[in-house]
Amino acid sequence: MATHEVLTPIPGIFYRRPDPDSDVFASEGDAVEAGATIGLVEIMKNFQAVECEMAGTVVEFLVENEDAVVAGQPVAVLDDGA
Amino acid sequence: MKRVLVANRGEIAIRIVRAARDLGIESVAVHSTADAAAPHVRLADTALEIGPPPAGKSYLSIPALLDAARESGAEAVHPGYGFLSERADFAAACEQAGLAFVGPASGHIELMGDKARAREAARDAGVPTIPGSAGAVADAVEAAAVAGDIGYPVALKAAGGGGGRGIRIAADEVELRAGYAVASREASGAFDDGRIYLERFVSPARHVEVQVLGDGSSWVHLHERECSLQRRRQKVVEESPAPGLAAATRAGLCDAAVALCEAVGYRSAGTVEFLVDASSGEFFFIEMNTRIQVEHPVTELVTGIDLVAEQLRIAAGEPLRLRQADVAPRGCALELRLNAEDPANGFLPSPGTADVVRLPSGPWVRVDGWLEPGAEVPPFYDSLLAKVVVWGEDRDGALARARRAMAELEVEGIKTTAPLLSSLLREDWFAAGDFHTATLEEWL
Repeated sequence: MATHEVLTPIPGIFYRRPDPDSDVFASEGDAVEAGATIGLVEIMKNFQAVECEMAGTVVEFLVENEDAVVAGQPVAVLDDGA
Repeated sequence: MKRVLVANRGEIAIRIVRAARDLGIESVAVHSTADAAAPHVRLADTALEIGPPPAGKSYLSIPALLDAARESGAEAVHPGYGFLSERADFAAACEQAGLAFVGPASGHIELMGDKARAREAARDAGVPTIPGSAGAVADAVEAAAVAGDIGYPVALKAAGGGGGRGIRIAADEVELRAGYAVASREASGAFDDGRIYLERFVSPARHVEVQVLGDGSSWVHLHERECSLQRRRQKVVEESPAPGLAAATRAGLCDAAVALCEAVGYRSAGTVEFLVDASSGEFFFIEMNTRIQVEHPVTELVTGIDLVAEQLRIAAGEPLRLRQADVAPRGCALELRLNAEDPANGFLPSPGTADVVRLPSGPWVRVDGWLEPGAEVPPFYDSLLAKVVVWGEDRDGALARARRAMAELEVEGIKTTAPLLSSLLREDWFAAGDFHTATLEEWL
């Protein structure tokens, strides 16, 4: 198996849900497509999607919901099944 | 009042610290761990850390702020704008803790925060409101019936909202039915309140607001501010007086704002926002902001009245010192908002280190901000860096000073809206005062 880190391109606050009442974008063990959104980063009141560069299975999240993140920080680990 | 807790950050926190110092009141700053080195922390008499960077755990944490007030021995809390400034539960918590909330009574925040109730209050006070539904509508069917009565186009708005979120424009019944679902869902997400009300959509329109001050038993207006130049319903440039506004319309707006304050017994500084039909000059109440506003310096420069100091005096229990005849505006003031956003790249937020900072100064130029060379602009908060505010004896004089000020401004290391502001100042339509609420976005 090969694992890949999903990075946030921008700094801010990381969220795992589109809004507080919704389900998380993805949970550990979920299969995700390339380009799928797995979180949002709030930067100066704007929200930017954190997307997977490849399809795979979510192994783990490396940051908690509402944690502060820096640009380029890994937020999750994917297993591409290869 | 001996000590005030400043429950905010950035330029408005500094503004409050300065007003307090002018009055001989000690200030207590609060900060998240991201703001430990921020100028508002340094400028205040004392400072307390209240939590980690996310605002929800620091600047929006009512328990953390009440603890800080208790620990510091503050007798009053100034909320600034944004964050908790329009949260009735925060004002109520301060009231219950025996702290003077530097703002209106919690009941007034609650009233004006419910946009449907606020409209009813305006109507009861004889203030013109945009034809629309009586309060929130039950569903899309009722919305369509109301729209049929008032005529299209209509605006669908969040009853619990503000700040432009949850608003949809519908040109006909098909758009209304589609827009209703989206607006309601957006309102639920943003405000935890999916109720929607309807208004006729006035276009082209100007956004003109009236500054008020009151102590609960006497009120004055401090004339108007023109705030039509907006991007995504966020103001970019504001000025006073409103260019081209007929004298009768101006007087009508100002009288209406005072009438509303009187009808509800308002206390502290507030702003009554109106939409002015650009062709007919008719005006309609939109909402009342129960706090100090970002653009308050525009009014300060034309009236010579320190709005934040007056807020503090009123919160200390002093009667309003001003009568209407004491408010005599002179000349023209313009405010340009400098944000950490890249206008060349879709206004992408631009946090980072401001390596080079040269701010304008000199005659009749006031810069309210927190930017200094080497300042770290955190990604967690509002993008407002500074407000460049200028005064001139007339609008042309103010425009000339604004161009001079922007030519002096230099910021490197982060992207700012400075290039946009400079090009705006070169536009003939702007110099002529010929614009409405859609003009800026059409121009961009």
